[in-house]
Amino acid sequence: MNRRLFPVLTALSLVFFVVAPILIVRAPYEQEMGLIQKIFYFHFPAWMAMFLAVFVLGIASIIFLFRRKPSADRLAVAAAEAAIVFGLMGLITGPLWAVKSWGVWWTWDARTTMASILELILVAYLLLRNYGGAGSDRLAAGIGIFAMANIPFLYVSTTIWRTIHPPTSVVPTLPVDFGLPLWWSVAGFVVLCFAFLTARSRLEEQRATLDQLYLALEDD
Amino acid sequence: MGCLAVQGATTALGAQPQQSAQDGFLPMDDVPAEDQLPAAPLLAAAYAVVWAIAIGYLWTIWRRIGSVERELADVSRRVTEREGR
Repeated sequence: MNRRLFPVLTALSLVFFVVAPILIVRAPYEQEMGLIQKIFYFHFPAWMAMFLAVFVLGIASIIFLFRRKPSADRLAVAAAEAAIVFGLMGLITGPLWAVKSWGVWWTWDARTTMASILELILVAYLLLRNYGGAGSDRLAAGIGIFAMANIPFLYVSTTIWRTIHPPTSVVPTLPVDFGLPLWWSVAGFVVLCFAFLTARSRLEEQRATLDQLYLALEDD
Repeated sequence: MGCLAVQGATTALGAQPQQSAQDGFLPMDDVPAEDQLPAAPLLAAAYAVVWAIAIGYLWTIWRRIGSVERELADVSRRVTEREGR
């Protein structure tokens, strides 16, 4: 990945994150939830960034499984880590919102349960990569594809099953006053996701180069 | 007389009259304002957590890249020295 891309993406995401609070403060209070609803402007974008990372993981895993491209494998590892990080943001901001608006820190509804399981699947991917030994890269790629397959179900879970989460129709029908800070934050998180992918992929590239050099030393 | 003395002593020590145990918990519909959770600290905590996780993760990547690049420089030097022999 281009070395110059990471500082550019980081600077761009910083701009988004510095401006976001201004837009969020200016956004109106929601009628039912009041101030606590403003967690939405970080909670929803964090999950969108996580979904993006999981899609990158899944597609890179498919390319690695069928084309055996090492660069795809490195990108998959980077995407898995980024997805865990954004999922962690979502799993922490969610209960902070829930305790005020639902009266409980956690509830095992379809969406929260599936989100937790997806996070665990991603952790399993990384554990397999780090401790699975030879051949674990291909096995992990299968897990990466499975993780990607979960995303559509997670997204429509509020429509299919009866959950305490608001339905998916809320976001597309948001008034402009709510929509502007939301989509600004989503853009910021997407740029941050790409910054993470760039940096983490570079780490994997460096590790691969190091492995090649160690092999060259052994051959000598 | 002795019983009265004991009872008087007990009351003087501030013993509370026994209450019957609560049978169960019942939900409250309208929570008083002083018992409600404040929203601002939760909101601030959520934003702080997001920033902390993002910065923390970037810092871990920076550390790991630094470590690998140092090792890379060392191994490259050893390979070059061996090829020079």
